[in-house]
Amino acid sequence: MSLSLLETEDETMLRDAARGWLADNAPVAALRKMRDAGQAFDTGLWREMAAMGWSGVLVPESSGGAGMGHRAAGILAEEMGAVLAASPYLSSAVIAATALQGASEKLAAIAGGELVYALAVDEGTKHAPERASLHADRIGNGFRLSGTKVFVAEGASADRVLVLARTSGAAGDALGLTLFDIDAGRAGLSRTAKATVDSRDHAELRLEGVEATGEDVVGDVDNAMAVLAPALRAGQAGVAAEMLGVAGGAAAMTLGYLKERKQFDRTIGSFQALQHRAAHLWSELEVTASAVAHAGRMLDADPEAAEMAVSLAKARATKTADLAVREGVQMHGGIGMTDAYDIGFYMKRARVAAEWLGDYGYHAAKVAAARGF
Amino acid sequence: MSDEAARLAAFRKDIAAWIEDACPASLRGRALGEDSIVWGGKRWAFAHADQKEWFDAAVAKGMTAPMWPTEVGGAGLTRPEEKIYREEMARLNAPPPLESFGLWMLGPALLHFGTPEQKAMHLPPVVRGEIRWCQGYSEPGAGSDLANVQTRAEDMGDHWLVNGQKIWTSYADKADWIFALVRTDRSAPKHKGISFMLIDMASEGVTTRPIRLISGKSPFCETFFDNVKVPKDYGAGGSAIVGELNCGWDVAKYLLTHEREMIGGGARGLLGGRSMGEFIGSLEESVAQDPVIRAEAMALEVDSLAFALTMERYKDRAEGGKGVGDASAMLKYYGTELNKRRYELLMSASGSAGVEWDGPHGSLAPEWLRTKANSIEGGTSEVMLDILSKRVLGMPSS
Ligand SMILES: Cc1cc2nc3c(=O)[nH]c(=O)nc-3n(C[C@H](O)[C@H](O)[C@H](O)COP(=O)(O)OP(=O)(O)OC[C@H]3O[C@@H](n4cnc5c(N)ncnc54)[C@H](O)[C@@H]3O)c2cc1C
Repeated sequence: MSLSLLETEDETMLRDAARGWLADNAPVAALRKMRDAGQAFDTGLWREMAAMGWSGVLVPESSGGAGMGHRAAGILAEEMGAVLAASPYLSSAVIAATALQGASEKLAAIAGGELVYALAVDEGTKHAPERASLHADRIGNGFRLSGTKVFVAEGASADRVLVLARTSGAAGDALGLTLFDIDAGRAGLSRTAKATVDSRDHAELRLEGVEATGEDVVGDVDNAMAVLAPALRAGQAGVAAEMLGVAGGAAAMTLGYLKERKQFDRTIGSFQALQHRAAHLWSELEVTASAVAHAGRMLDADPEAAEMAVSLAKARATKTADLAVREGVQMHGGIGMTDAYDIGFYMKRARVAAEWLGDYGYHAAKVAAARGF
Repeated sequence: MSDEAARLAAFRKDIAAWIEDACPASLRGRALGEDSIVWGGKRWAFAHADQKEWFDAAVAKGMTAPMWPTEVGGAGLTRPEEKIYREEMARLNAPPPLESFGLWMLGPALLHFGTPEQKAMHLPPVVRGEIRWCQGYSEPGAGSDLANVQTRAEDMGDHWLVNGQKIWTSYADKADWIFALVRTDRSAPKHKGISFMLIDMASEGVTTRPIRLISGKSPFCETFFDNVKVPKDYGAGGSAIVGELNCGWDVAKYLLTHEREMIGGGARGLLGGRSMGEFIGSLEESVAQDPVIRAEAMALEVDSLAFALTMERYKDRAEGGKGVGDASAMLKYYGTELNKRRYELLMSASGSAGVEWDGPHGSLAPEWLRTKANSIEGGTSEVMLDILSKRVLGMPSS
């Protein structure tokens, strides 16, 4: 299919507006301040993002959203990544808003920024939704959920949590899973905030006999993947876009430093050894930018057929962000190792995002499977 | 569907029907080795009748040069149409009906810098595959430092007198004409005294000597010019010099961006035309499951798919099929390094069957060796990175 990956005028305007606003309101210095204050994100900032329509980026206009689509969602994620803006954007506005398609009232609350959602899927150290074993036992007309979820982004601060639970089958079966939409304050649910290297909100959730009713089920019992798979795809494309932004932000900071730092009476950017590494990094960024744009376009045009495109984007973005932050620290020399300098924040966010919703190997294997091996 | 989308859908249907009809089944899905390429030229002999049938049909429709204007024999396709054409060609496994340095390199340069006379004389024979061109850029002392060319052309009033030596001239022994960089002003700074000259290889004083490559083949030559008389004017065909006198460097550089885009794009659809999936599937079970081979195959597939998308994105961005400019250095660098990686994987996965010159995998070994030139020909990877860092990233020069 010949989808053009070029940005439309509207998309470029959105990007420019987001970039300008983020530079003024959510620079890396803001992340540093929140980290120092022990805060994961700034609720005031999130409300302003909501006012601009970002929290409703995937919510249809009929439910009070902006209905801008996945390519636009990716552009916003990329710009946020470039300055490491911390917000529940991906968890709430991208993932939950996709999983809750059709639930008009909840969508309206997401779009309005009033409800923050988290997604609780994984239980082991690697992303593997079908391995979920947190169990939801049928009790009368309802369910009782018990088990533990790890690495839940926005898990400590979310108002509601989408919890993947096993209602039948065994760990490893794609069927037999059910997605529940649970109030974070519900009895039996406890949350432990984890201090992750990126200073963002990641929590472990323990569910001990949490009661749920049929009303809390998203989609159909035993068939969570029908609603979760599209939500995961949206989230993976979103985190890929964010990582492209992280890579671009780190690269821009590094290129700036190469043009400014002097040693041996010349700017270090005049050394060919560094020039070539910078040019190589730029090439990787360009190639990844195509994969990220393509994933957004595919999700907008044909979401059911977008799986390979999304995995391609996440795999590429993971590799490229990794390269960008490693080269970034190395080419800064000693100052790159200091907490006072910003490049380290990029390295930390890239490492966390690399693991979220599937690492490089997970997505490369999906691409290979789609390509017949 | 918008009017434009409907028009393009109709175009897709028509062009697919045409390819199905015009390209004989025997040519489809065949490995795209160097030996199955139709290069054209006065001395060209088709391998078989089916090859000629496809070629003739494409020439008649201008489809050997899909985006060139119809005045010079091209099909005048727009960029979206050309993209669809290539997609349908790939889907139907049809090989390009003609490939040549005239199409890839000289044509774009003439379309940009040529006079109406030059275009009228030189382009239609390229489209029809009647004249085969070669590229006389490199010299023993002018490789990466291309502007150091010493081959000189002296002004003799009604003609130029050319003396000097070129090297690594691909297919010089099979070409009918050569586009060459010659020094026309020896007192000027090195970039300012070069002209871009069109020379008939049949001229007296032109000789070629083939050089054997590590792949065992001899596709390139030394080319000698010994008091070669080049008319200043080819009558109605206009000047022998393209662009202004002593401004050949501009033409040379512009041509290189097209050459680089083309070489970079060569990284797609390789593996002898097989997909990575089919290739892995063709391996012995224990090899197909080898974790090291699988990991590299996956990484290559990821990078190749993303690179192919990038190629399209860049082409979409280039207005009116004019080429992508300095960014072609990225496509060239990335695509050729990817292609070399691909062939390394192919060789290691093939094991002992891969090391025979002509073994179970056919010409795999010579192809593998040939890929090593990808990051040298048309400007080395190091030179590409130099271009990117200076012209795209604005890095300071030392
Ligand atoms: C198969 C093949 C086909 C070819 N076909 C043609 C053709 O048809 N017509 C034609 O004109 N030419 C052709 N060439 C020549 C090709 O363009 C040159 O080989 C190429 O430009 C490199 O020049 P060189 O061989 O002199 O290497 P050199 O320039 O001597 O380079 C040697 C090494 O030094 C590195 N190097 C050089 N300068 C720098 C620098 N500033 N910074 C860092 N590293 C540097 C290079 O990257 C390379 O690794 C062909 C070459 C090959 C291999």
